[in-house]
Amino acid sequence: MNVSEFLDMGGYAAFVWPAFGLVMSVLVYNIWSARSAHAEARRAAARRLQMEETHS
Amino acid sequence: MWTWFHKLASPPHFYRIAGKVIPWFSWPALILILLGLYGGLVVAPMDYQQGEGFRIFYVHVPSAIMSMFVYSNMAIAAGIGLIWRMKLAHAVAAASAPIGAWFTFCALATGSIWGKPMWGTWWVWDARLTSELILLFLYLGFIALRSSIEDPQRADRAAAVLALVGVINLPIIHYSVVWWNSLHQGSTMFKSGAMSIEMKWPALAMLFGFMLYFGAVLFVRLRAEVIRRERNATWLKQELAR
Repeated sequence: MNVSEFLDMGGYAAFVWPAFGLVMSVLVYNIWSARSAHAEARRAAARRLQMEETHS
Repeated sequence: MWTWFHKLASPPHFYRIAGKVIPWFSWPALILILLGLYGGLVVAPMDYQQGEGFRIFYVHVPSAIMSMFVYSNMAIAAGIGLIWRMKLAHAVAAASAPIGAWFTFCALATGSIWGKPMWGTWWVWDARLTSELILLFLYLGFIALRSSIEDPQRADRAAAVLALVGVINLPIIHYSVVWWNSLHQGSTMFKSGAMSIEMKWPALAMLFGFMLYFGAVLFVRLRAEVIRRERNATWLKQELAR
């Protein structure tokens, strides 16, 4: 089997590749989104602590 | 044993341990998913009816199983949170919801892409598809309900009740292909003899990879939840100073 045959997916290329691409993009997006939620929570907590310090 | 358990559930310990276990989930997940991709796209023979188009199976079925697995996980955590008033359990439910919603989206979208060449349509209002769509709305409802209630404890409890009520949808999704005359095919993955070994192992690798991936992302989100809920400044200050 050569590369172009593989990419053609027996004529189903227009369905197989978007399906795989979509799921893999969602997996990557979820990692990014969780990591940025974590970073944002840390930033918000740091702000909160600073506010408490200046007010006390 | 119980002191260990309480220690684990204390935010500073949990935060640190969660950070340490993430690589134990993420690396095996990456390896299994890559194996699943290679097996599903290259090794597995094509289906005698659906040709190469059947390969969508390797992302569709694991996503669909995960959509229900994550929901069960979320509902059990919500139930534990309601009964024992355990904040960490509510945090698990809250952290699971977005991941589960995305798996449900993947199951619906890949199913739709698969349906076009095989059934000749992107969508039908059939029992399996409709109940899976309801699952997506349950996840979105859970997320929306949480964010609409200001008081975190009330938000936890209200969302937990919604999650538990939604459990009724899980057996409906699972048995929809049996109870109703459906365009969607029945289960092949766990029926013995339905698939040959070289067809089956990539799907199992992908499924276990997705489960470990869920664990890894869940722990990252849980760490965010723990910080968001924490009001004890001492350990937070130490942690943020690192």
